[in-house]
Amino acid sequence: MIENLRQVAVLAKARLAEAADLETLAKLDVEFLGKKSAVAIAKRQIAALPAEQRRDAGLEINATRAEITKALGAARHRLEQTVYQKQLEDERLDLSEYRHKRRPGSLHLVTQARDRLEDVFVGMGFTVAEGPEVESAWYNFEALNIPEWHPARGSFDTIFVELGEPEEVMLRSHTSPVQIRTMENQQPPIYIVAPGRTFRTDTADATHLPAFNQIEGLVVDRNITMGDLAGTMDEFVRTFFGSEVKSRFRPSYFPFTEPSAEFDISRPDGTWLELGGCGMVHPNVLSNCGIDPERWQGFAFGFGIDRLAVLRHELDDIRELVNNDVRFLRQF
Amino acid sequence: MKVSLSWLREFAPDISGTPEELSETLSALGLTVEDMAITGDVVDGVVLAKVLNLRPHPAADKIQLVDLDAGSGVANQVCCGAFNMSIGDLVPLATPGTVMPNGLKIAERKMRGEVSAGMCCSGAELGLSDDHEGILILNDRVLPEAELGMPLAPAVGLESDVLWDLEVNANRPDAMSVAGVARDLAAALGISFSFPDYRVAAGSAASNETAEELLNVEILDPQVCGRFLATVLRGVSVGTSPQWLADRLISAGMRPINSIVDISNYVMLELGQPNHTFDLATIPDGHLKVRRATAGETLTTLDGAVRELTANDAVITNGADQVISLAGVMGGAATEISASTTDVLLEMAWWDPPTISRTVKRLNLVSEASNRFRRGVDWGSNMLRALQRFIQLASQLGVVAVDGFVEAKGHTVDNAPRKVRSAKINGLLGTELSAVAMAEHLQSIGFGAEVVQSECASEDLSVTVPTWRWDTATETDIAEEVGRLYGYENIPRTVPRGELPGGLSDYQVRRRQVRQALLGYGCDETMPLPFLEAADLTKTQLADNALDNALRLTNPVAAEQSLLRPSLLPGQLKAIAYNQSHRNSDVRFFEIGHVFLVPPASQLLPDEREYLGVALAGCEAPEAVGALDLLDNTLGLPNVALRAAAPAGMHATRSAEVLVAGKVRGVVGEVDPQVLKGFDIAGRVAWLEVDLGALLKGPRRSGKYQPISKYPSSDVDLAFEVPDKVASADIVTSLRKASQGLLVGVELFDVYRGDGVPSGSRSLAYRLRFQANDRTLTDAEVAWVRQSCVEAVAKRHQVFLRS
Repeated sequence: MIENLRQVAVLAKARLAEAADLETLAKLDVEFLGKKSAVAIAKRQIAALPAEQRRDAGLEINATRAEITKALGAARHRLEQTVYQKQLEDERLDLSEYRHKRRPGSLHLVTQARDRLEDVFVGMGFTVAEGPEVESAWYNFEALNIPEWHPARGSFDTIFVELGEPEEVMLRSHTSPVQIRTMENQQPPIYIVAPGRTFRTDTADATHLPAFNQIEGLVVDRNITMGDLAGTMDEFVRTFFGSEVKSRFRPSYFPFTEPSAEFDISRPDGTWLELGGCGMVHPNVLSNCGIDPERWQGFAFGFGIDRLAVLRHELDDIRELVNNDVRFLRQF
Repeated sequence: MKVSLSWLREFAPDISGTPEELSETLSALGLTVEDMAITGDVVDGVVLAKVLNLRPHPAADKIQLVDLDAGSGVANQVCCGAFNMSIGDLVPLATPGTVMPNGLKIAERKMRGEVSAGMCCSGAELGLSDDHEGILILNDRVLPEAELGMPLAPAVGLESDVLWDLEVNANRPDAMSVAGVARDLAAALGISFSFPDYRVAAGSAASNETAEELLNVEILDPQVCGRFLATVLRGVSVGTSPQWLADRLISAGMRPINSIVDISNYVMLELGQPNHTFDLATIPDGHLKVRRATAGETLTTLDGAVRELTANDAVITNGADQVISLAGVMGGAATEISASTTDVLLEMAWWDPPTISRTVKRLNLVSEASNRFRRGVDWGSNMLRALQRFIQLASQLGVVAVDGFVEAKGHTVDNAPRKVRSAKINGLLGTELSAVAMAEHLQSIGFGAEVVQSECASEDLSVTVPTWRWDTATETDIAEEVGRLYGYENIPRTVPRGELPGGLSDYQVRRRQVRQALLGYGCDETMPLPFLEAADLTKTQLADNALDNALRLTNPVAAEQSLLRPSLLPGQLKAIAYNQSHRNSDVRFFEIGHVFLVPPASQLLPDEREYLGVALAGCEAPEAVGALDLLDNTLGLPNVALRAAAPAGMHATRSAEVLVAGKVRGVVGEVDPQVLKGFDIAGRVAWLEVDLGALLKGPRRSGKYQPISKYPSSDVDLAFEVPDKVASADIVTSLRKASQGLLVGVELFDVYRGDGVPSGSRSLAYRLRFQANDRTLTDAEVAWVRQSCVEAVAKRHQVFLRS
């Protein structure tokens, strides 16, 4: 019986080594380790052996069984590896075929510029205020110290809305009405910026649009000075454009600020670029909003958002900002 | 406002500095230099020459041979392509070696075999004028002492000059004159400023008449006219102006017209005082009256137009009360100077700025004169100065003024000295200037300023505003002048810090989150103009209600921009169509922007809302529903539901209204195929539009923690046969209600139409997950809750499990 088992082990290992697939392996498992296998039969026959042979026979059977089991495991591992390797080979993908199928959208250039401006001013302690795009003459002009006869009123090239006779209703020609709305609803201290869309009767061309975007700033607090305005613009310019960029003030005129100034930023070639207007909030404007100009002083500033996008990206036709051509939108 | 250095020097002879330095100074004064040009400079090598002979070129007919004498007495042959010269003409000759302003180097060379020793020049080639048609003929311009061969500039009296184009602010009427600019510049440079004496020397052509005898001026409404001066000029013959005067007008951007008009304009440019001339013969008894018009009166103005007047307009009438001039804006045709005029009534007046401004705005009659009046001209001694200057210039043409002038007065502003607090000025500017320093700055531009002690130890100023600063009155006005002359650049810069931190509002933060989510959905942000035309609304089938609901613009920039959008849809469809026409079909767009609806009767301003639109070209309705889910979960909206509907412009069977917390907040689905056809859009467009502002301001899901059950869950699959008109959402609602709070998840995992399901219905297969927080559900409990779900659906919807 023992000799027989030896032969079985040799045979089993030879056949397992030759097995070409897992099904064959399963059959060999039954044949050599199943209930009808030589090993199983030998185990059942142990009881019939004389007592002194049982131990050796048992050892021998177990050794044979272990030997076959090990060979079976090795064969299974070999065949599984083959199957695995085949699977990998069969599933080969060229991932480069799948590139550029998905892309996130792009934020509009104006939104990008606006968000960045908001973030810089938020970092400087400002909140962001908003207001309607259609305004009454009070908010767009009168409260801003621009009475009905004022020559400056004509220079705003206002687009009017057919509403509200005899009171004029118009598309706001600047973001300054938000100043008034804020001051009417909030006592100082006030530190706001107000970005938003504004409108003028400009025919669309490479440098003009009838609707464009501005950002307005307003600070009203105790003892606010022109020096505070200049310092604030300086800090903004350094943060937004870089520490090498300087700002300067030139006297100017706006009905709603006094003293008023234009502010310029320096260009690398030493020339200056006009960025926007600013000044100390006119006492009449404060009074119009119920704020006592003897107790509070303030400054305001404003400039174009679209223009910053135009400068930053060297855009040669501002109409691209409203054409919504995906070939443009997706560049940014 | 264009001013030249030479003209400025008539008031401030000591102006010095490079043109660039002076530009900086002007800009720092608030007289921003928009443009600067060097004029009257002639390149070296250009000399005065005389045409001796003109001969055809033997081998070319587009050029001729010109023999020129450039001082040597010997004929110099030049080939020339212009034919406007005659023998004996004086012309500029660029001699060999000259480098022209455009960089061309002149050399002796041969043209078609003929020697050309130089070039005859046009005004444009020399940079002296825009004329490039022919050679510049100098016959009338050469000075008596000029000789042939002399450099051109001295030969014709050209002097190098600087011409600035200044941007003058609305509060600086004084700077709308050469003298006013000179006053500011002199103050900044610390040099003297004065007016020349314009009085005509007595006795040269004295008149024995007086203005008093000839004229009678009455101001009937003192509000409209502060001051009115008039006199009479005799012996007028309208001709052309001398070259120097014409040149100055041209340099200032005005066209010479005739000698009288030119003098009038010259005086206005130089001294800032607009003035008017009447043909004295047309004014009976020299009688003028000033009043406001009565509504309905008319006047035929200089331009021939018949103007209907209003009660605001200031007018001048004759003695018979007939309107003869629209004061400060435009003269009348009937009293206009003509070729036959010999006697002129000359008017210098100060008109009320708001009055003039209203008339200018109503009639849209902006002119150099009205622009000055509406800002407020000098009502002081400058008016008489301007009168004298006019007479002086006219006297050079042989005109004689009668003796004196008549004057009438109305109301002018009060310019009595006023107290100004130096502390307030420093407090506004952020400076620590002494009152003395402030006074010196103010005095330098003609303000009266004295330091006075105030009650509270600080020094104050007593300031007298000059008559040429009508707009200047308040303490802040004075502060601005002090700051301007001290120099804004000298103010120490400080940064204020508020007590509160900065930040975006919750609304603004969440709006940014919506944008980011939609970027992740592959959508590009668009920003079309918010204007539409009626056809856009008709094409979008929004016409029925929306056309009435769209606001019209009174003065649109273009016909296709005449309405304010009541919806974002037309703009997005136009953007898709634009891209499809450029071969980009399946674009995914979103826009966040304002829409405008007609306000309720009690409200002045429109019902303006911030909307979100998502347009997905080449996609069916479910893609838009996906965008809604994205929005729902990004914003944490409470209870978003769909209600089948066919909103305007939307696909009638593939659209729904979006309800948030029970309120309609938008639409979702697909755009109506006919609408797409109207916009020439190929394929489908999925569309979502919501009132984003309402969602951002509205309620959101509770942020309260929901405990996660520790007990196992059980899944049950149920497939119902559901008629197409019953919404899945309604089935789900019924399932939830029937499940006694044990339903923790429900997923629609299969929708099937076809064999085994009757037409008009579909199979909806749901996977329900049941779970309790306090125990493991028994099989019996799961079976019971399953059964109640099935029964509830059957009862509420007559919908049954598939067999």
